[in-house]
This record gives sequence, C-alpha cells and structure tokens, in this order.
Amino acid sequence: MSRKLELIVLAILLIFVAQFIYVSSTTDAEYGGADDKPEGVIEEITGGTYKPIAEPIWEPPSGEIESLLFALQAAIGASIIGYFLGYYRAKSNYEKKLGFKTESKTEKQSL
Amino acid sequence: MHIMEGYLPAIWCIVWFVVSIPVVAYGVYKLNKLVKEERGILPVLAVAGAFIFVLSSLKMPSVTGSCSHPTGTGIGAIIFGPAITAVLSTIVLIYQALFLAHGGLTTLGANVFSMGIVGPIVSYLIYKAGMKGKLNFYLVVFLAATLGDWATYIVTSTELALAFPAGNILTFGGFFSSFSKFVAIFAITQIPLAIVEGAVSALLFKYIIQAKSDLLVEMKVIGEPLVRKLRGLSA
Repeated sequence: MSRKLELIVLAILLIFVAQFIYVSSTTDAEYGGADDKPEGVIEEITGGTYKPIAEPIWEPPSGEIESLLFALQAAIGASIIGYFLGYYRAKSNYEKKLGFKTESKTEKQSL
Repeated sequence: MHIMEGYLPAIWCIVWFVVSIPVVAYGVYKLNKLVKEERGILPVLAVAGAFIFVLSSLKMPSVTGSCSHPTGTGIGAIIFGPAITAVLSTIVLIYQALFLAHGGLTTLGANVFSMGIVGPIVSYLIYKAGMKGKLNFYLVVFLAATLGDWATYIVTSTELALAFPAGNILTFGGFFSSFSKFVAIFAITQIPLAIVEGAVSALLFKYIIQAKSDLLVEMKVIGEPLVRKLRGLSA
C-alpha cells in the first residue's frame, strides 16, 4: 500500500510542530485564544462604550474543566471516526479473504 | 471564529439568524430525505460530523502567538454539500455555546453563517472546480478544506467589522478600517492551521474512499474510474 499521502501529511505536521517550537522559544507569546481577541478590538473601536448584550448561560468553572470538555468533544468525535473506519476496513478485508459479501440474504442463510 | 456571547448588537444577531435559519432548515430537509432514501449513508454522515466535532475542539497554537481552531467542515461539504454541513456545524456550535461558553446563543446565527454556510460553500465550489480541472484528487480535497477554513475566518472578520465599523459604515472607510483589524487577528493565525486542516482532511478522505467508496460513487461525489485509480494506487 502506498503511503505517499501519509508521508506528505506527516511532513506538514512536523513543519507545524517545528514552527510552534521555534515561535514559542523565541518570543514570549502567551498563546491565548484568537476567539477572545476581538473583544479588545471592539473596545478600542467603540471607545469602551459597547456592553455585551448577553452573558453565557453557563461557563466552565475553571480552565481545567474547560480542557476536559474540549477533550471530551475530541474523544467522542475520534471514537466515531475510528469505529466506522475500522469496521468497514475489517469488513472489506474479511470479505476479500473469505471471498464472499455479507450483503445478500441467501448467502447469509447458507452460512 | 466564534463570536462571543453578547458581542454582536441585537440587530446583527437577528440579521445572521435570518440568513442562517433557511439554510439550516433546507439542510434538515435534505438530510431527512437522504437518510430515508439511503440508510447506508449514516456511517459516512457520522464520520463527517465527527470530523467537525474533533477539529473544532482542537485549539492549536499558531505563528502569531495565539491559538485558534480548524473547522473540519471540508469533508462534509464535499460529500454532502453545504446545506447538510450547515446542520452538522450547528450541532457542534450549540454544544460549544452551551457547555464551553465558546460562541453563544445570540451569536449562533453569525457563527453558523461563517463556519456552517460560507466555509462549506467555498469548499464545495473549489472541489467541483478542481475536479473539472482534473487536478490531483487529494490536492483538490486539500485545497477545498484549506480555503473553506480560511473563508470561514474571513467571514467572521466581516461580520465583526459590519457590526463595529470604525466610523460611518456607509462610507466603507469605517468598515475597512475595522475589517483590517479583525482580519489581522484571524487571517494570519489561521494560515498554518488551515494548511494542517487541509492535509488531515485529504488523509481522512483517503480512508473514507477505502472504506465506503461505493456510497461516494452512488452519491456522485466521485466517479467510479477515479475510485479505481485511487484505490489501485493506494491499495
């Protein structure tokens, strides 16, 4: 099986990691979330007159709990992807090996 | 690309809801029809949805010294089209608004519009154009996912600039001055992340083709000869 695409993706990821190590060791960047930065710009543009019209109903009580919920989100997603890809991969492997498809009913009964 | 809860004036919250709701409603209609006609599509749908779930939860560090996250909508847009992807994105955005205080319910319309609608439309169009242009298949998927991600953040900057123009919005000078500030935050941060997203999307697409290419052919996402060629090269 050709692994060309995997190697290209791996190379891109390595460049990305190298870039992160370089930037984080040569600057004193805080690595805050870009999603929160517009708040400052809005304040600057409006001269601090804008008041948010609503507050979140519930906020994670701490950074740790927020990380937990993000990790949970990623884990749920990754499990679903892994489950289905694994299932169909194994299915097609066994179909090839055993030489039949499980789709037709007559074949199932003859098992 | 999340616009925080409360950070859009009421009028703009309404505008973006008005724009987004019809698309999501059409997506729900299309989704129901699709699932009724072809139950076999559910696993691929689950994978596309889960991909959005995973990628939008990854806050990755970027060159600008701040963190941002990919959107993961490229795969859904290519396989199911923008409307159904809008539904999947809405589910993810509601989860994040309720449990993570990322984005918000008042800004949901705006966030759905950028991440669930414009991004996927861009991905979809690039995919169609690339396939017509007979480019390398995985390169097309890469470009579609990368540019769709980037478009999402450009739209977020536009939404913020429209709501907070520096001066008179009708002169457009005010709009562009704000737009350049917001885009400076998002666009550059997003370049490396969009590239990573494109690469990972292309890789996942390879595995989807290996696992369920028959469905992709049936849905006319990809032609039979190309599937054979891709699997022949990779199987």
